[in-house]
Amino acid sequence: MVEMTGAQALIETLRRQKVEVIFGIPGGALIPIHDILRDSDIRHILVRHEQCAAHAADGYARASGRPGVCMATSGPGATNLVTGIANAYLDSSPVIALTGQVNTFSPNSSYMIGRDSFQEADTVGITIPITKHNYQVKEASEIPKTVKMAFHIATTGRPGPVLIDIPKNVQTESSEMEFPDDIEIRGYKPKTEPHPLQVKRAVELLLEAERPMVLAGGGVIISNASPELLALAEFLMMPVATTLMGKGCFPENHPLSMGDVGMHGTRVANKLILEADVLLAVGTRFSDRTVGNLDQFCPDAKIIHIDIDTAEIGKNVEVDIPIVADAKETLSVIYQLLVYQLKQKEKSPWFDRVQKLKEQLQDRIDLGGCDLNPPLLLSELGKILPDNTIVTTEVGQNQMWAALYLKRRKPRTFISSGGLGTMGFGFPAAIGAKVACPNCSVVDIAGDGSFIMTEQELGCSVMEKIPVTVVVMNNSMLGMVAQWQRLFYDRRYSAVELGNVPDFVKLAEAYGAEGVRVGSLKEFLKAIKEALKSEVTTVIDVPISPEENVFPMVPAGKGLKDVITG
Amino acid sequence: MTEEQSHIISAIVEHKPGVLYSVANMFRRRGFNIESISVGPTEQSDLARMTMTVKGDERTIEQVIKQLNKLIDVIKVSRLNPASIVARELALIKVHALDTKARSDVINYADIFRARVVDVSSESLMVEITGDSDKIDAFLGLMKPFGVKEVARTGITALSRGAKSVKIEE
Repeated sequence: MVEMTGAQALIETLRRQKVEVIFGIPGGALIPIHDILRDSDIRHILVRHEQCAAHAADGYARASGRPGVCMATSGPGATNLVTGIANAYLDSSPVIALTGQVNTFSPNSSYMIGRDSFQEADTVGITIPITKHNYQVKEASEIPKTVKMAFHIATTGRPGPVLIDIPKNVQTESSEMEFPDDIEIRGYKPKTEPHPLQVKRAVELLLEAERPMVLAGGGVIISNASPELLALAEFLMMPVATTLMGKGCFPENHPLSMGDVGMHGTRVANKLILEADVLLAVGTRFSDRTVGNLDQFCPDAKIIHIDIDTAEIGKNVEVDIPIVADAKETLSVIYQLLVYQLKQKEKSPWFDRVQKLKEQLQDRIDLGGCDLNPPLLLSELGKILPDNTIVTTEVGQNQMWAALYLKRRKPRTFISSGGLGTMGFGFPAAIGAKVACPNCSVVDIAGDGSFIMTEQELGCSVMEKIPVTVVVMNNSMLGMVAQWQRLFYDRRYSAVELGNVPDFVKLAEAYGAEGVRVGSLKEFLKAIKEALKSEVTTVIDVPISPEENVFPMVPAGKGLKDVITG
Repeated sequence: MTEEQSHIISAIVEHKPGVLYSVANMFRRRGFNIESISVGPTEQSDLARMTMTVKGDERTIEQVIKQLNKLIDVIKVSRLNPASIVARELALIKVHALDTKARSDVINYADIFRARVVDVSSESLMVEITGDSDKIDAFLGLMKPFGVKEVARTGITALSRGAKSVKIEE
């Protein structure tokens, strides 16, 4: 037992949790914590808007697999975090959000909870539906245990954000502190081992399958199950399709890789998945963007669903064999049982069909006209980026082009806002990823509309010396909405023209970053190569046509067979 | 089975502020249809029991239970089988009763339903009734012609019959 203040106990507990970095912005209700942080080993990275603190912590977590920490003051600081927390929640990312709060008690002032004090907001109430769990600490002595529980909850089972709201008087109050090694949360006991009977049934089904296929989601990346997935897919010669969140969990240059399934999936993945007789779905929640029309999704396939979250079983799609467990453990057990009973599969009629379709339905990239067309740019970019380069994306056309054409070969090298679809995510997430993996290059694939939403973080990246590369595919449009208006609203454009987007070269330079505008594919690749070597953030402005559409596309509400290709 | 029926779900939760809020919030957010909810302390001082009546088909109820289990402060969730539980609701009903005839009629009905008159004023009677929801509905129906001034119902609370119990290690 040692006597210290709440703020000291917080920093000490974070240190014990091996936290190296906090992304944040100070404020009135956080000053005691920033005061202690000043003398600690933990690096504080000053972002320019709290939303970006949460996105950076999220990017840090996804790139490294370790929890990311963000911090904001009471009231507007906390409400600005909300978008970032919701984003981490929908994509199951272990983010710890620390928020200041007004006092629980003030002897001579009304600066206290419940009095509508200056910068007071009900942070815990606001974040209940977008966190895995949240706490408000009422006594300084509760801090070590609460923080420990928060990290445990955020990083185990299905990961997710946990928020801790700390009133200012709790930060300054002194108490005897105990730092527990073990904690026990009686309402939270996530299980990771698969049920042997369900595994047996899954193995039997896979043994009988004539046309098996894998649908791999973000859970494969979270549980680090890529090697197990690769071994199993190769053993059974099963094609593997990924969801947007799963992209990178299976090497996209592998003959069995079919790319993404869904609204902007590849034609071959969307076609094959409907032909499969057994679908092995791993770490996916069958989101509407992946599945399309529910009634037309794999009507004839038996579905094995491996997910660590019981509530995902049967939520969106009814399945035949649910397995509630960790993806890595389960795939490993299934593989071992199969090896015991079966020889490595030789080429089958199904594999021939897979290869034939993959060849036939390859999305040909149109080389006619302007060579600054996004599919060409991104597929060429994919060829020159090292395997360990981390790609983040914004949201919209840029994101879907990247998903379709920028091939990734390793897990945790494609980071995108899948569930919430948050424009402005990619740039701060890139900063977080770069902090987590300083030896990797990080490239944010952006559109002008998205980049404008969080461009102020150029200030953070330059001052904190966190160099990343931002590729702005610039059509002066909110391109994805424009695409929907073009295709489904008779070209009646409404509120999508951005007109005078800033000169991104000058904008970058104004912040002390580098800016470059390119006019051809050759210039683009040259600019990328230089940017990857640069010690300062580079913004590459790539003018593209506002008439470009992302194809293939399955219109909303349609089945995966109803692909339009332009 | 797609028919929408009422189901009784019993949950043991941490007895601390904010838990009811997070449970109610989950129901609202996921669009589940909650008919009644009652909360009270249990034999263990740090635990509370929430009894909820929820309308929905089989798949919805399964989701409700899974989503409840996901909440960190919810420790144990069970679905009560209507055939083997005791379920009770309490209601206080204020009835208009100006003349002697009306008063004696209300008192007679209350007797038949094993309800009790708990307050009397010059213009009204207050009746306390306990039982399953159907019984309370039936009694309320009988009171209507007299003029029901106010009703307060607690919602259902329930326990399984027999020696079996839900105990949480302290």
